[in-house]
Amino acid sequence: MNDNNTPNDWLFEITPKNKFFSLNLKEVWQYRDLLLLFVKRDVITVYKQTVLGPLWYLIQPLFTSVTFTIIFNNVAGIDTGTVPPFLFNLAGITVWNYFTACLTGTSDTFKANAAIFGKVYFPRIITPLSVVISNLVKFGIQFLIFIGFYIFYYFQGANLGLNGLILFFPVLIIIMGILGLGLGMLISAMVTKYRDFSHLISFGIQLLMYLSAVMYPMSLIKDKLPGYGWLVEYNPLAYIIETARYMLLNVGEVSVLGLLYTLAVTIAVFFIGLLVFNKTEKSFIDTV
Amino acid sequence: MKKDIILKAENISKQYRLGQVGTGTLSHDINRWWHKIRGKENPYLKIGDVNDRSIKGTSDYVWALQDINFEVERGEVLGIIGKNGAGKSTLLKILSKVTAPTTGRIKSRGRIASLLEVGTGFNGEMTGRENIFLNGAILGMTKKEISSKLDEIIEFSGCERYIDTPVKRYSSGMTVRLAFAVAAFLEPEILVIDEVLAVGDAEFQKKAIGKMQDISREGGRTVLFVSHNMAAVKSLCTKGVVMENGKVTYQGSIDNAIEEYLSGKNNNSFRTWSKENAPCCDFLRLLEVKVVKLNNEIALNHAITDEIEIEFTYEILKENQLFTHGFNLFNSHDIHILSSHDKDSQTLVDSLPIGIYSKAITIPGNFLAEGGYSCSFAVMRYNPFHVEFHELDVVGFNVIDEIGSKTARGNYSGGFPGIVRPLLNWK
Repeated sequence: MNDNNTPNDWLFEITPKNKFFSLNLKEVWQYRDLLLLFVKRDVITVYKQTVLGPLWYLIQPLFTSVTFTIIFNNVAGIDTGTVPPFLFNLAGITVWNYFTACLTGTSDTFKANAAIFGKVYFPRIITPLSVVISNLVKFGIQFLIFIGFYIFYYFQGANLGLNGLILFFPVLIIIMGILGLGLGMLISAMVTKYRDFSHLISFGIQLLMYLSAVMYPMSLIKDKLPGYGWLVEYNPLAYIIETARYMLLNVGEVSVLGLLYTLAVTIAVFFIGLLVFNKTEKSFIDTV
Repeated sequence: MKKDIILKAENISKQYRLGQVGTGTLSHDINRWWHKIRGKENPYLKIGDVNDRSIKGTSDYVWALQDINFEVERGEVLGIIGKNGAGKSTLLKILSKVTAPTTGRIKSRGRIASLLEVGTGFNGEMTGRENIFLNGAILGMTKKEISSKLDEIIEFSGCERYIDTPVKRYSSGMTVRLAFAVAAFLEPEILVIDEVLAVGDAEFQKKAIGKMQDISREGGRTVLFVSHNMAAVKSLCTKGVVMENGKVTYQGSIDNAIEEYLSGKNNNSFRTWSKENAPCCDFLRLLEVKVVKLNNEIALNHAITDEIEIEFTYEILKENQLFTHGFNLFNSHDIHILSSHDKDSQTLVDSLPIGIYSKAITIPGNFLAEGGYSCSFAVMRYNPFHVEFHELDVVGFNVIDEIGSKTARGNYSGGFPGIVRPLLNWK
């Protein structure tokens, strides 16, 4: 008909399938304001109409740490070395909380946002990204309380030493966020069709915590349960938490090999998650 | 003139699976994957019925859209009309990238922004002002763009006083106003709008339509508009696409498209019913309705100067019933033109014996405007007044205008407004 004036100058095409791998960074950048607004929304709306407000951010890790200290240190007698058990647990829980918040927050991306995703298009990855970033704010507040107790114990005369590796602490947290994001994206894609995964995630995280060296040093499991130690040793999260404690409290050990392994797993999980997420975002609305 | 195509749909089809997503899904998924690794075609793409929801299909898969092709020129306002379930919303969802087509592709030369439902992503806890930013960003605006238009948006919404109050305290009308205001100041090359005008009061609807006209006329932007409101479609759109059961049945000017859509509703100038499904009440059953010309010939099209007779035939099933009958006439925009009943009917005074009777009404020539009409039939009682039944769309007919001294139009050949077109005397 009039093909004479239709050269290939189309801005974009809508096709049945995405290219095998496409993270359209340019598009994500165009929507950067949306990302920031989502983060802002998440941060300011969580505790609206509560009396204690952001104090809730602090109550949960404090109470968990107290409980852990009573159960695992006082009753079960786990030895935390020179570090006060409460501070040991608080460090583990603060870091671990960030991971679980990222994972649970992103794992129901499609299900929770079906209403908005069904109406308007924006790069879907903005949503899980905003979860990871807004949880970083929450993590920051919880980390402040850790610093508060750190100083308190320091002046109490506890044997605490900062480690030079502390400079790499932010990198460690970012790696953890990416791992949570990748895993969350993977699960969110599967939840759209099979709800079984959303049941799996809630108790799976509980179990995972016991395998992630949150309330015990990694060396302990190798001593006491040599037959099952590999479960912890193959868990990249255990290395992250162990390393974080090493940086913050100068206890435990840093395994370079373990960290490289963690990094490799994180990158692999992130890209697989991204791949599956991209494949799902095209038509999940038909099955969710 | 060279056509400037901004959007082009090529063979768009969309398949849906009916029923529950459950255990069967897994086996289908595995089967699909098994075909794929052997390099075969997806086995579930082949089967699939035409999407007619009233007929029980044989397959679990259904084509919501089939081979949709159309082009949109820059600056055009395209109306997409069709009955419920015709696939309009599915098409818009594909256009706005909410879901992907099963086959086919859409090519675009401009950014597409969609307004499928106003207020998407509004957060009740946040204030009106915060929501303007959030909603604008969801729709694809940058913070800078929104800031520069913030005052205009607030003014257009008419919610100045509440702008720093959480949106959950807003009335539903205010929420819609605010949401539409944000969307109205979007500046994509292509704007996709679905049924937004169904909400809000009359004053706001008028404002919204006016704003959309400005967008397309002055802004030179392309708009794709889906609505059941024919008056809105007619006043906004330049071109129309009619869809039925997932297929495009008509493409062309908006006036023709509307006629096509509405005539599809009833193009019967003669209709009979079987005993089982006849419109009825406990003592009377409608048997047959026909639209006839002066010479008693059944006809769908009537010249504007001709008298049109509509004849209703019914059967009385019980004795000793006092009642009367009437009809309503609607034009193709579903505007109720007139209502008439036999106020002096003999049946109001004396009951008729069981049997079949015919009643006719004559609509004078030079009275109705050009267009399609749909006629209903009702039976009612007096003392107390009670409508026994009212059957819509029993028959339909078209009135066709003529140029000449015998018509209201005279020798004028352009568009002629008005819902009736009587020949009046000027002195």
